[in-house]
Amino acid sequence: MPDVDRISSSCAPHPGSGGAEAQPVLKDTVPPVDLNEDRKRRRRQNRKWIVLENASPFLISALLLILWQVIVPLAQVPQLILPTPLEIIAKIGKSYPLLLADTKVTLLEVLYGFVAAVAAGIPIALCIFYSRIFAKSLYPILVGLQTIPKVALAPLLVMWFGFGLLPKVVISFLIAFFPIVITTVVGLSGLDREMVYLVRSMGANEFQTFIKIRLPAALPSIFGGFKVAIALSVVGAVIGEYIAAESGLGYRQLTANIQFDSALNFAALIFIALCGVVTFAAISGLERVFVRQR
Amino acid sequence: MRSTAQLILRPHNPANSTNQAAIRARAVSIALDNVTKVYESESGDDIWALDRLDLAIDFGQFVSIVGPSGCGKSTLLLMLAGLIPVTSGTIRLNGEAVTRPHPQIAVVFQRDLLLYWRRVLDNVLLPVEIRRWGRSKFVKQAEQLLEQVGLAEFSNKFVDELSGGMRQRVAICRALVQNPGLLIMDEPFGALDALTREQMNVDLQKLWLTVANTVVFITHSIDEAVFLSDRVLVMSPRPGRVLLDLQIDLPRPRKLSVKSDMRFVGFVDQIRRMFEASGILRGE
Repeated sequence: MPDVDRISSSCAPHPGSGGAEAQPVLKDTVPPVDLNEDRKRRRRQNRKWIVLENASPFLISALLLILWQVIVPLAQVPQLILPTPLEIIAKIGKSYPLLLADTKVTLLEVLYGFVAAVAAGIPIALCIFYSRIFAKSLYPILVGLQTIPKVALAPLLVMWFGFGLLPKVVISFLIAFFPIVITTVVGLSGLDREMVYLVRSMGANEFQTFIKIRLPAALPSIFGGFKVAIALSVVGAVIGEYIAAESGLGYRQLTANIQFDSALNFAALIFIALCGVVTFAAISGLERVFVRQR
Repeated sequence: MRSTAQLILRPHNPANSTNQAAIRARAVSIALDNVTKVYESESGDDIWALDRLDLAIDFGQFVSIVGPSGCGKSTLLLMLAGLIPVTSGTIRLNGEAVTRPHPQIAVVFQRDLLLYWRRVLDNVLLPVEIRRWGRSKFVKQAEQLLEQVGLAEFSNKFVDELSGGMRQRVAICRALVQNPGLLIMDEPFGALDALTREQMNVDLQKLWLTVANTVVFITHSIDEAVFLSDRVLVMSPRPGRVLLDLQIDLPRPRKLSVKSDMRFVGFVDQIRRMFEASGILRGE
């Protein structure tokens, strides 16, 4: 952060940058410092480190995969227990149309669940924030309900909503809903009183206060909630598929188990992880557009 | 309401700013009559922040209020700005009672309270946006103000790239863009280092001499109060009363060297003695 207040400009300039009249004694006896040479050297060292730092996760991952590939045959682990990375890749190559179809199903469950959680969570958070009655009555109930593991509701939801998309969407919604409500309430409450005084002194009503300062100030917190929620949504959808399903990546894992096809199981696992990464990255992308980082 | 808005909307062009009389017309007078503020502490006790305070502030005066922490200065400020109600008594602005935020009043707080997601110029224009006065009509004036405080080339920067002193300058511009008849400042330089603070004092005086509105300036610094003000009010601990009402008739514009002037030293000494006499400051 450049610190260039007015006062610093009135201080004596550095002897190396030509303003030597401030220190006439130094000028005669000591040669000026060559800043350029120093700067170049520092930059060279920095660049080397930056390349290494950025490459390090890939290097370590590659190393682990190679170890896995080499050790599994050496230790004579049967393929059923642990397939090698190459076997998994071969499996993906062979059955990717199936896996992509499953991915589409799972992603839809995740997205529907997450969008529903946002659509319900934000208004409820607003009610809790703006209304004392809501805060006093609803908030404790919500926090109490939060202690129920949503996953434990899955068998019931299947009984109620059948084998299709709906029960998975509901689990995914329930699991994503709480973090969104709570981070939104916390974000909205975080604004300090003086800030509110400031805009009120400019004649702002509550709606303007909300749009101009309260919401923008709460956005980092709200997006933090979104990130937690989207990751949990994936968990919810996959677990829903474990209970009862006809397609989806969780369902694919179950069928792979029944067929003793560990490579397919791992392949589905990789696609589940990719679902998590892609949806998280999408939220982060939105965050970068809407929220200015401090 | 409409007529005051019209009055404020008068463009702040350079020809106008040299015409002191025209600008003085914008300044307001304030009258506090028997103003009392009692609020309840967390334990349920009544706390008398102000007890029957009378005060009159003239058009275009720069008035400082100095006093110990908790003497009701900040309460007074919030009431003047119409942000909290008085318990009893009245506050009048040009004879009109202040009961809610008024378009003629702008406030600068101790913390700059800039919005970090906005650029400097957008921060300065915030009050205009909120009052729906038409942003485009005020861009030029906002830029002029920024130029006057030496931040012209920063108008497109985000505020977290600025130092503390620069940020507070932006906050002052944000208050002045509304052309307020009354500017209330609550220890605006309290968080700045001593050198930056002196610079800000000089710059604020320069700015005020061109704007010439009424200013109520709250501070803990006796030095700062005497340097900036036409009039210094010394307040007692709670409930706040005016212990001393001092006219500072040093000529303007004042340079920092005025602080070694015998009359300046005399004023500072007089205020300090008042603090000592009332037990707020203890020598020895």
